Amino acid sequence: MKSCYLPAVLLAMAMFAVAPFRLMGAPDILVANATPGVLLSYKIFYYHVPSAMVMFLSAFVCGVASAVYLFKNRLAADRLAAAAAELVVVFGLIVLVTGPIWARKAWGVWWQWDARLTSTLLLWMIFMAYLLVRRFGGQGAEKLSAAMAVFGMANVPFVYVSVNIWRTIHPTTQVIPTLAPGMRGVFWFCVLSFVVLFGLLLALRARLEQRRADVERLYLLADEE
Amino acid sequence: MFLRVAWLVMRKDLTVEVRSREVIYTTIFFAVACVLVFAFALVREGRPLEDAAAGIMWISVAFAGTLALGRTFERERHSETLRALMLAPASRPAIYVGKLLGIVLLLLVVEAVLVPLIGLLFHAPIASRPLELAGLLVLGTIGFSAVGTLFAAMLVRARSRDVMLPVLLYPITIPVIIAGVRGTAALFEVEPAVDLAQMWMALLAFFDIVFVTLSLWTFEPLMTE
Repeated sequence: MKSCYLPAVLLAMAMFAVAPFRLMGAPDILVANATPGVLLSYKIFYYHVPSAMVMFLSAFVCGVASAVYLFKNRLAADRLAAAAAELVVVFGLIVLVTGPIWARKAWGVWWQWDARLTSTLLLWMIFMAYLLVRRFGGQGAEKLSAAMAVFGMANVPFVYVSVNIWRTIHPTTQVIPTLAPGMRGVFWFCVLSFVVLFGLLLALRARLEQRRADVERLYLLADEE
Repeated sequence: MFLRVAWLVMRKDLTVEVRSREVIYTTIFFAVACVLVFAFALVREGRPLEDAAAGIMWISVAFAGTLALGRTFERERHSETLRALMLAPASRPAIYVGKLLGIVLLLLVVEAVLVPLIGLLFHAPIASRPLELAGLLVLGTIGFSAVGTLFAAMLVRARSRDVMLPVLLYPITIPVIIAGVRGTAALFEVEPAVDLAQMWMALLAFFDIVFVTLSLWTFEPLMTE
């Protein structure tokens, strides 16, 4: 396991270094009367969407690991959940920063109360709450935060459905880009880069937690002697 | 047996409350103060903002509910009775259901004061569709309390529980708030949109079923030290 880290780091670095060049070569989406600024803003899509996908993947990992921790009491699952929760917040931040930048150009506003936007924000907030509880909850905070992750996962479809219905009552127009054939390869390349980065960070972060637990255990052992 | 334990726990809570009236008085007062603060913010020249009544009603319910949940469990913590309750030879889910019923009844009493006040101060037609309004309130209160009871019970042991309860509770109960506010707003229109309100009630009922089930399922592992 340990010998995989360095190659994975190099691979992720290489992929992120190559991505911008591939992006420049990708065809622009043809929008009627689009200014160059709008066309350029579409490039952010290659970072925005993969981050969002990785964010949801990470949330899923966190939820499942938390459920395993709650019911089977496996400490390793709890450490994995904590690492995944941090990554949800990190990748979520990328999504929530890149999204409005694009929206300002494409929709003319920074934020829309659209179903997808709102549920992403809510998911991000749930995992922020997870980290807050973990950090400041004191004794027994691990179980509390695990429950938060499980409930948070169950909550996502409800938020999506409720905001979706709410919005169809007050419709707003929006532009949803569809993927042109030339863009598909570049897009999946970016997704892959983000997934590699995610896997690497997750493994490293979980390992750090493992080390912390080990040190804690050793301290206790040394105290006893 | 299950229902009997739930009934006894609920009766115990209500008896304590009827004798001290601590939570009910403070919560009602707090809810009324909340409505007044909103009235100062949202009533211009004697005319309330359109749609404001539904929002104010549900925000007040959510705020008052958080207060009531915190106080109810603070009482248990203060006299170490939650531990005694957990030691009792009764199934944990039954204890949860008893606690939940107690809090739901408490909040319904608060709402019985709050709703007429909103009708009075914000000219909301609360009597035009009383059955649907009551349905929305009951379903919403159950959903809010289902999550709230679980988290408040877990937080009894945690440090900084007063801060943590709203931090955990509000992101999770957003669907309840959305469905409650939109459903109530539909009923408060000049021509009450009953079918819309019924659809929101269906969503609330579904939310209640999922989250009560999830709470019953996780209460046991969460309350085990």
